[in-house]
Amino acid sequence: MIEILNLRKEYPTRSGPHIVLDGINMTIRRGEKIGILGRNGSGKSTLIRLLSGAERPTAGRISRGLSISWPLAFGGAFQGSLTGLDNLRFICRVHGADYRDKLGYVEEFSELGKYMREPVKTYSSGMRARLAFAISMAVEFDCFLIDEIISVGDARFHSKCQRELFEKRADRSFVMVSHEPHNIRDHCQRAAVLHEGTMSLFDNIDEAYSHYQRLTA
Amino acid sequence: MDRTIAALEIQLRVIGALLMREVLTRYGRHNIGFLWLFFEPMMFTLGVTTLWTLAGLHKDSPIPIVAFAVTGYSTVLLWRNMPSRCVAAIEPNLALMYHRQVKVIDIFAARLILEFAGASTSFITLASTFTFLGWMDPPQDILRVLAGWIMTAWFGFSLALLMGSLSSRSELVEKLWHPAAYLLFPLSGAAFMVDWLPPEAQEAILMLPMVHGVECVREGFFGSVIQTHYDLSYMAAFCLVLTAAGLAQERKASRLVVPE
Repeated sequence: MIEILNLRKEYPTRSGPHIVLDGINMTIRRGEKIGILGRNGSGKSTLIRLLSGAERPTAGRISRGLSISWPLAFGGAFQGSLTGLDNLRFICRVHGADYRDKLGYVEEFSELGKYMREPVKTYSSGMRARLAFAISMAVEFDCFLIDEIISVGDARFHSKCQRELFEKRADRSFVMVSHEPHNIRDHCQRAAVLHEGTMSLFDNIDEAYSHYQRLTA
Repeated sequence: MDRTIAALEIQLRVIGALLMREVLTRYGRHNIGFLWLFFEPMMFTLGVTTLWTLAGLHKDSPIPIVAFAVTGYSTVLLWRNMPSRCVAAIEPNLALMYHRQVKVIDIFAARLILEFAGASTSFITLASTFTFLGWMDPPQDILRVLAGWIMTAWFGFSLALLMGSLSSRSELVEKLWHPAAYLLFPLSGAAFMVDWLPPEAQEAILMLPMVHGVECVREGFFGSVIQTHYDLSYMAAFCLVLTAAGLAQERKASRLVVPE
């Protein structure tokens, strides 16, 4: 179980602290799938980064009873001048896994071919997304954090994610941010709406969307 | 206790992974690869040794010029390269800090280990080669050389921690470090012995901690033939304060850092 207690995050700006999240409480149980809705700048990615531990909260705490992936997002996670293979090695070493056991799976899932041995900075966003997904599934986590990254893939990538993540790893938890409602409707049981630093949780996705639409109207 | 051991294991894994990553991006896989780790400082020291020999510096000193240059310039590289590598070290690693196990202190640790290994290998290789060639004598007291070397490394390490952490908050630190490192070199005791200075100047120059380190290394090498002036307890006190300040700033930096 992952527990979030009174989470608060501020960023310094020239005109004083900017409060992004202000008193967030949430529990994620093993196997639970939660969608996060919110407008641009409402703090969705910040919440994901705090959950992953990449950033530290200003106040409040997160207890991680499950192993949590890094944020599978557009930026970050890879060192651009290293190759995909070197990045795989790095992440495996950090997690104490042997990359040789994972290489076959990652090569197959990511379909990078010879680009596996080229610097990541030469990759397209789709290629980065495939590599990130492949490595996160090779390392195996209890909870995956997915920040928009599914949207960049093509149909083939979507069907792979469908099979590898949503079917084969149906027992895992994930927290998903997506501007495409069907991603959240198809895969999540609960949804949270972030607005002006606070969060409202809904057990029903339709209710979450109607609440979200009222806010954005 | 178990948690501490588990945490230590993770930290060692992360530092190991960062070491490999640093070696790859810094030295690459081409030509001699990671051998540059000590070839680079060796080339510096060899160049300086040649220059000083040609210039005929301190003809009257009992120490051969080669030995003087190798002991002097190697210690400079040791304490000066550590901060230089830690200043602005966080930025190129921001993407990797997406992985929560990777912290600011790990990035510094990986770079410090590399610098220490490079400078030490270069020093040992050059000193042994020149001793073998008969250009310098083996050290009279190798433990004293080691003490001076370790103390100099500690100074470099603590200064690196402080400068590296501060540089994450202000670009001013990077701008100021380069001229400071440049200006400190002639004052660092690498190119002179404290004993050559007038007494007032000796007192002033011994305020600088790295002077004590190089004097100690030279006493270990040349022992009785020269008069050295150093106080390792002063140097230790200085480093201790610097380490405390560096660790405090590192904690602050690691709270504020925002991964890419």
